[in-house]
Amino acid sequence: MAYQVPRPKLNFAEKIYLPSVIAGLKITLGHLWRMLRGKTHVCMQYPEEKWDSHLPPHYRGAPTLVSDEFGRTRCVACQLCEFICPPRAIRIKPGEIPTKDKFAKVEKFPEQFQIDMIRCIYCGLCEEVCPEQAIFLKKEYAITGTSRAAMMHQKEKLIEMGGIQPGVVNKWNEKK
Amino acid sequence: MNAILEFLHSDLFFMIWTTLAKSAGLLGVVLGMVSYTVYAERRVSSLMQDRLGPNRTGFPLSLLGFGIKDWSPILGGLGQPIADAVKLLLKEDFTPAYVKKFYYWIAPALGIAAAIISLAVIPFGSSIAGVPMVIANIGIGPLFIFAISSLGVYGIVLAGWSANSKYPFLGAIRSTSQLISYELALGLSVVPLFLIIGKLNLVEIVHYQVQNGWMLLPGITAGKLPTLSQIVCWIPILISFLVFTIAMFAETNRLPFDLPEAETELVGGYHTEYSSMKFALFFLGEYTAMITGSSLIITLFLGAWHFPGIPDGSMAGWPGVLWGLVNIGVFFTKVFAFLIFFIFIRWTLPRFRYDQLMKLGWIWLFEIALVNIFLTALIVAFVH
Repeated sequence: MAYQVPRPKLNFAEKIYLPSVIAGLKITLGHLWRMLRGKTHVCMQYPEEKWDSHLPPHYRGAPTLVSDEFGRTRCVACQLCEFICPPRAIRIKPGEIPTKDKFAKVEKFPEQFQIDMIRCIYCGLCEEVCPEQAIFLKKEYAITGTSRAAMMHQKEKLIEMGGIQPGVVNKWNEKK
Repeated sequence: MNAILEFLHSDLFFMIWTTLAKSAGLLGVVLGMVSYTVYAERRVSSLMQDRLGPNRTGFPLSLLGFGIKDWSPILGGLGQPIADAVKLLLKEDFTPAYVKKFYYWIAPALGIAAAIISLAVIPFGSSIAGVPMVIANIGIGPLFIFAISSLGVYGIVLAGWSANSKYPFLGAIRSTSQLISYELALGLSVVPLFLIIGKLNLVEIVHYQVQNGWMLLPGITAGKLPTLSQIVCWIPILISFLVFTIAMFAETNRLPFDLPEAETELVGGYHTEYSSMKFALFFLGEYTAMITGSSLIITLFLGAWHFPGIPDGSMAGWPGVLWGLVNIGVFFTKVFAFLIFFIFIRWTLPRFRYDQLMKLGWIWLFEIALVNIFLTALIVAFVH
């Protein structure tokens, strides 16, 4: 059996519809008037106003290479981040540390380390997987560039963005 | 040589160049108004919805060396129409392979032509240096506008049919049926006005209003108390104004009657398959039709360029020219106020259902307009 939609009984004012037009105009013009007096809370005007100071400590922005308190890059070029990176944004070219060097036990260092920020999905798996606490996702999120080359973050840029961050893993310490 | 000089001093030549100048001026003003109406639409709607709208695109003042930032809260956004126009001109003009090419190309032009031609009979000012501010002072003004503006639907129908796709086709069909149901009410609703005034010429209708007060506000604008017949006639005029305005909303495809477009149900309606400047032409046509519609309402009911206390441009010398320009300014201010009202209504009311639209057109507006004619005829016969 067909279902009969219950229609509400309308009185005359509702039937001629014009009073509801006026009621509707009252609402919209009220919003307009509140806006014109500056009483409405509007959204943040992005380039002028930013939310940066409210970012949580665990915020996942651009991945960077951090240095220890002696200014040494902590990366040992194990390439785990390169392997785990889902969009394959990371490319590492490991270099060998000669046996006579005082850091010979570290064995490898990154000769080249580049992250393609066009591919990066900010998942944070590189930070998660790094055994040396060398790669961290910092709070920078507005990564822009005018060319593909500019969006390719090289080792120097990554180290500069990373800054110094002490950690518990100290492979780059000849005494430990 | 003499014949050319004689022609250059003749009345015919004077008429030709003043008419061309008026046409060019009016077209410039109206098209400029269209682009800023689109801006006003976007801005007012966003302010109503607690947003800010386009407030960034300013004029590049820093290039001119004023030492001001390009983005300012006051001028911000006023460059948006120019940026939009440039964008629409430079976009790829894509013609789908499956369309009927000839009609597909001719439809946008038809749409805008109808809207622009009907502007020709609108008296947009009193007179400047003896030249009446109307392009074609013909004796059947409103009828001409109704005839031409209903041709505008051909643009929509051809667009919908030639696009060879379902949504535009539905939009075109809706547009046709909507036009048939509202054109009747539109035409019939102004008949009471002609019964009272006794003229069909728009310039003379305006002159009647200058002398006797605006049709809708006879007492306030004539500077004297309304007569008994004016008070009695005011009732049918109010009804006629309401019906005419509602029908004009339907005629210009504005919400709550925008069924041919209906973004939410028909993607974009009749202009779904159009891009770039052809789409922009539809847009221009729609807004020009809005301007024509509100000019007509203002000319018929709200005294066109007349405002109490402001003289017309009939006096000699520079004051006459100045007042003539002020009259044009008054006219376009009124038109703009009415366009803002169009915008308020659009962002307030939801769209009608198709059957509600048909019911409103055929059962209510048509009958009200018809009864109103007889009511006015009785009043004119016994009171006027």
